Formats: sequence, C-alpha cells, structure tokens
Amino acid sequence: MSYQLENTQRGEKYNTIFSKVSPAKRRNRTARAHWRSRFLLGLYLALMILPIYWLINMSLQTNSEILGSMTLWPQNLTFDNYIGIFTNSSWYMGYVNSMLYVAMNMLITICVALPAAYAFSRYTFIGDKHLFFWLLTNLMAPPAVFLLPYFQLYYSVGLFDTHIAVALAHCLFNIPLAIWILEGFMSSVPKEIDETAYIDGYSFPRFFVKIFIPMIRSGIGVTLFFLFMFSWVELLLARTLTATDAQPIGMIMTRTSTASGIDWGTLAAAGVLTIIPGILVVYFVRNHIAKGFALGRT
Amino acid sequence: MNNKIPNNRAWLLVLPMLVLVAFSAIIPLMTVVNYSVQDVLGPNARFFTGTEWFQSMLNDDALQAAFLRQISFSLIILAIQIPLGIGIALIMPKRGWQASAVLILITLPLLIPWNVVGSIWQIFTRGDIGLMGWGLRELGIEYNITRNAGDAWVTIILMDVWHWTPLVAMLCYSGLRSIPEAYYQAARIDRASKWAVFRYIQLPKLTNVLVIAVLLRFMHSFMIYAEPFVLTGGGPGSATTFLSQSLTTMAVGQQDLGPSAAFSLIYFLVILLVSWVFYTTIMNMQKDKPPHGGA
Repeated sequence: MSYQLENTQRGEKYNTIFSKVSPAKRRNRTARAHWRSRFLLGLYLALMILPIYWLINMSLQTNSEILGSMTLWPQNLTFDNYIGIFTNSSWYMGYVNSMLYVAMNMLITICVALPAAYAFSRYTFIGDKHLFFWLLTNLMAPPAVFLLPYFQLYYSVGLFDTHIAVALAHCLFNIPLAIWILEGFMSSVPKEIDETAYIDGYSFPRFFVKIFIPMIRSGIGVTLFFLFMFSWVELLLARTLTATDAQPIGMIMTRTSTASGIDWGTLAAAGVLTIIPGILVVYFVRNHIAKGFALGRT
Repeated sequence: MNNKIPNNRAWLLVLPMLVLVAFSAIIPLMTVVNYSVQDVLGPNARFFTGTEWFQSMLNDDALQAAFLRQISFSLIILAIQIPLGIGIALIMPKRGWQASAVLILITLPLLIPWNVVGSIWQIFTRGDIGLMGWGLRELGIEYNITRNAGDAWVTIILMDVWHWTPLVAMLCYSGLRSIPEAYYQAARIDRASKWAVFRYIQLPKLTNVLVIAVLLRFMHSFMIYAEPFVLTGGGPGSATTFLSQSLTTMAVGQQDLGPSAAFSLIYFLVILLVSWVFYTTIMNMQKDKPPHGGA
C-alpha cells in the first residue's frame, strides 16, 4: 500500500514538473471522472432494475388495481397473488419440478465432467483435440433442432414426463460447458502437485477427491453456478419433454392467460418467484464469479 | 500446456461423459439426418428423397426472410452489447462491498428464465399496464408492439440488450481484474491519456474474453426462441419470427418431419460454420500480430 502511494506521489511529482496542470486541479479532475463513472453506472443499474421493479410492483397489486389505474407503487398492498401460488399444489409443484431437474442435471454433469476435464487438462490421448472440438459444437446446437428427436427418443425409452429426462436433455449443452470451464481452472493448477501426490503413494481416486477437488473448489462453485443458470433458464426442451408430472414452472405460467383475459397479478408473482433462486445462487458465488466468468482463462 | 503426458488410458476418464453426451447428441442427431433424406408418410411408408428437402428448404422464401432477420438481429445486438459491456465493465467498482453488490445486481437478468424475460417485457411495454408503454404514450409517442413492426424490433433488441449485456460486462470485468496494478502505475508515470490506457493496456488484455463473449453472444442470439415468442409471438405478421421459431412451428406445429429435419441440419451447420470462421480468423490474426511491448 505504502509502496503504491509512494509511486503515485512520484508520478504526481513528474506531473508537476512536466505538465501545466497543477496537482490540485489534476486530483479534482480525477475526482470528477470518478463521480461521472459512478453516475453512469447508477443510471445503467436503475434502468436495468426498472422492468424488474415493475414486475414486483404488479405482483403486489390486485388485478383490478393493475387494470384500473396507473400506479407507480401498490396503493393497496396485497400478497394474495403469492398466497395463491403457495397454496395451490399445481402451482408450487412447478417450482419443485424445475428445482428437481436442475439439481439432478447439476449432479450428473459435475460427476462426469470432473474426470473428463482432468483428462483433457493433464493428458494427451488419441483423438483428444477432435473430441474437445466436437464437445464444443454441442454448445452451438440450437435446442429447437433436437425437439422432435428428443421427444421420440425419451418417449421410446419410457422416460417422457420425468425429471430425469429433462436433466439428461440439458446435459447436451451443460456437460460441454462444464468441461470447458473446469479444464481452464484445472490447467492453472501446477502439474507438480499431481506428481508429488503420486510419489507420496496416493492412488488416483484418493488424490482426486482428497487433494485435487479441494484445490479447484472455487472453479467447481463457478461451474455449478453456470450449470444452474443454463438449466434454470431453458424452457424449450423442458417444456417438450414433460406433460403433467414434471412440468417446469415456466410452462405452468402460461396457464395465467385464459379466455377471459390474463391474470396479470399471478403471472407477475410467479415471475418474481423464478428470480429468487438465481439471486441466492449468485450470492453464494459472488466472490469467485469475476474469475469464473472468464472461464478460468484470463 | 505443452507438457501433457501421452496416456491413452485417459479415455477411461472421458468415457462416462462420452456415453451421456452421445445419448443426448449423437442419437438425436442421427434421427434428424435420417428424417432429412426421407419422406415419411406413415409407419411403414417412407421413401428416400435424397437432397430434395434440402433444396426446397434453401429455396423457401419464408425461411430466407427469417434467416436474414436472424442475421440482422445477431449483428445489431453484437454491435450494441459488446461496446456497452466493455463500457460498463470499465466503470464497475473494483473492490469493497460495492463491487459485490454491483456484481449481484448486474448478473440478475442472466438468471431469469427466458420466458419470464419475455413476460417481464410484455408487462413493461404494454400500453395499458406497462410503465414503458404508458410512459411513451403519455409523452405522445405512438408505440404498439403488436401492430408496428418497427416498435416490435426496437423492443426485442432493447430486451436482448437488457438481458445479455451483463454477460459481456462480466466477462470484460473479469478480464480487467487480471491486469496487474503496476501496469496502471507505469501508465500514470508516463502520463498516458485515458484512451491510451484503454487502447494499449486494457483492450489487449480483453481480447481473450471478448472472443468468448462474441462467440457466446452470437450462438445464443442465433438460437433465440422463448423471449420473442412470449413478447411478440413472432409478429406483427412474421416481422420478428426468427429461425428457432420457424423451425418449431414446422417440426411440432405442422409435423413436417422431412423438411424440418433438413432445415435443422442447415441451421446447425450455419452456426458451426460462422463460429469456426470467426474463431480461426481471430486466432490467426493474433498469431500474425508482431509482438509489441508489454501487452
């Protein structure tokens, strides 16, 4: 810290010698730039929050208030929309279904991706580059392409309308993504650690679980965050592979539009509730997320 | 990176993953290929058609129009989101509780289910109950996304910018964080301008993450489905019908197995081709660039 300060001061001394602008003015200018950037950031965040605020605002109003007049905040605060969702099993089961298949997908994906990513980061083997490229091509496959074949495939093996079907289908893009991220994190762990452990008599499984996994746990956390994100937000495949028993919340939400109009209050409340799991997940990984977003490759 | 051990037993570690991905990628893809060269009339009546479906799909006017719309959409959102994302990353606080708070807030749109994103914007832009729709009407601006194709386009682009700029910003932010403080100090001593700092210190460090950002954004924008489907339903007319929606209508709505399979393959190949060309071009450019000081 003191070293930094010293350097800054030295920089300023040079500035006073060579530049016509006095240090005070210069400090003033950087302070102004600082506040300007804070203002712009605040503006962006405010604009970003606005649509979400509007959703929350509507979820706390009755339908008659929503349609009756333009109110910037709820005049008669009501939690009826939320109570309606929490007391109706056909509604809240949608959340349970979504959570279940997301959790299953995260578990399956991380279990098969960890050894595979280790193989890619430590060894060369026949066809490794082609295999890695082929994996990445799966990230680029539009889910719409797989709609029909998935429906037929899962129907024929008797998995249609189960949570595991959606979890397996989401593996299509989540496994390549997980391997891609984990490979980046694993490659930043020096190989000497593996070698030392083997010399110390660790077997591969024991080394992997006891030493290696704890070393990359922030990478695993970030990977899980991404797996959650892409499985939670996907609807097209989840919708196609389910009918009643494993229906995701996104599909149940379409029920709010009926012949007699749209139940805006319930739609908004259901929408707000789909945002909350995301906030919880991002809160847990907030300290690692900045590194993780570069997929371990900065 | 280059000191990996040659070991073919590593295949054993890859195998479980391979089985799963093969189940969810190769088998379905083979089904698609199978359908794309046949005319399926019934359970026992199918005819080999060769490349007929591919030709009819490539010559389909509606699909060509959807393809052009898709390309313009992807280019427009890339042109907005990449610079905006860099800009936001530059002004995000670097440390302290503010940094955490801003991080959580900024990532928020990324974690909302895509159909809910559509619903949020549907509610937000409606003339009768939405803040934006109502506000614009009060200001005397004609705005109706169900009637005016231009309004629908602007809204969808605005929605996508709202939804995905955070991804670009977060990628750039993590790239910026990896720049050592000493670089900035050196720049201060040299009295480098803000622009020079950006051009010669920050931008070179961002190249890697920007490649990832452009690739991810291109891929996802090219597959966009749920958001415009909920917001505009592809309308007015077919003004905002993108490729995924055309495909879903054809495959699930009309059950045209052969043509939709051929369309699927073309669609997939286009994404692959563009991503591959972009990636190799960037990598070659980096290789050819003469190494210059520091960066």
